[in-house]
Amino acid sequence: MVNLVKASFIALSVFLVACAAPNKAPQSLYDEIGGKPTVEAITDNFIDEISFNKDIYRYFEKTNITRFREKFIEHLCVNTGGPCTYTGDTMLKVHQGQKINETDFNLTVDLLVSAMKRAGLTYPQQNRVLKVLAPMRGEMLYK
Amino acid sequence: MNNRILKILSVGCCIFATAPSMAADGKILATAGLSQVEGSGGGGLVPWATLAGYDSQDETAASFFMSDVNVSDFRMTSIGVATSFYDRVELSYAQQTFVLPESLISGLSLTSEQIKQDIVGLKVRLYGDAVYSAYPQVSAGLQYKQLDSDTVASKVGAKTDSGTDFYVAATKVHLGAVAGYNLIWNVAARATKANEMGLLGYGGSENNSYQVMMEGSVGLLLSPNWVVGMEYRQKPNNLSIVEDDWTDVFVSYLPNKNVNITAAYVDLGTVATKKDQKGIYLSMTGYLW
Repeated sequence: MVNLVKASFIALSVFLVACAAPNKAPQSLYDEIGGKPTVEAITDNFIDEISFNKDIYRYFEKTNITRFREKFIEHLCVNTGGPCTYTGDTMLKVHQGQKINETDFNLTVDLLVSAMKRAGLTYPQQNRVLKVLAPMRGEMLYK
Repeated sequence: MNNRILKILSVGCCIFATAPSMAADGKILATAGLSQVEGSGGGGLVPWATLAGYDSQDETAASFFMSDVNVSDFRMTSIGVATSFYDRVELSYAQQTFVLPESLISGLSLTSEQIKQDIVGLKVRLYGDAVYSAYPQVSAGLQYKQLDSDTVASKVGAKTDSGTDFYVAATKVHLGAVAGYNLIWNVAARATKANEMGLLGYGGSENNSYQVMMEGSVGLLLSPNWVVGMEYRQKPNNLSIVEDDWTDVFVSYLPNKNVNITAAYVDLGTVATKKDQKGIYLSMTGYLW
């Protein structure tokens, strides 16, 4: 029993020391892609891509683009592990009532991919951003 | 190499690479997969849960394909069409032409060097989206196959000249899974009585009932347009002559949603008494809408 307690204590200590090691903190995806300037560039490119695509622009005709830009930057920042707070509405609330179909959803993903590519993200970085956003699809489609 | 097929492939590629977008494009590039040698949407050897076209839930799609398998002693071409409806149902038709070597033709005293087989396929998506759903996309399908003649099949001991395969397939794309690259895998379970895909008939002296064979594919998307991977297809042993499992390693190029081209190195093992059947597989899919 004493041995077990000793062993547990040592194991716990090792675990805590390992966790506390400051130099091993993994870099967030946000930092890796270039932080604030990159996220802003992606957002500006995305708005640009949307404004030149008539199929998708119709969803944004009544959108306050200044607000969209600000919230989208926050959204990308938070979801890639950046030091931001999201102050916008839920994905469900933002997309509700627009009846976004699958074709338009996937087309918008293509536009976002172009936006990321233009902002200098590598293909693996683009995939990792899509990975964190992908689970939100359920709150956007056919709502 | 079959020159005619090569010519058709290259002309087809040129047409589709330059054509304006006319295909259904509601899916993400590459998610329509490739064309399977029996006509279903899939990898080269294995049917996948994904449907053959780029149709979303609001669209239909149609495609055609040409595949050519050239191994040590045999050649097989497969041509066909596939349509898919609302990302739910896929219908396909393929005609396979299997060309036998001279030694077998004289050995079995055959009058024709070719075996032809028609395959009609049906697939229904039961659950999910390969990219977005939490669990893999799952589909169930069947392939009804009919040989044009039972001469060779009966000579090697097969019981019938037609049969139906039933399969369930699960496919999943993991975004950014391998150092940021997307990983795709597929597993299929197929109930079958077919000998060498049915080209040597169905059932035999060793076994004449359905058996479940496991098939799998794994691929890595190196870029939005390039996929490399490998496949495995387990095979039954119904006849007294040996039938081996199939494997391949493939590379696919998907420049747009109008066309894809695949080249693979296939190892079919022993086929119809001929050992070490290895060679090249070439395939092209063109998307009509």
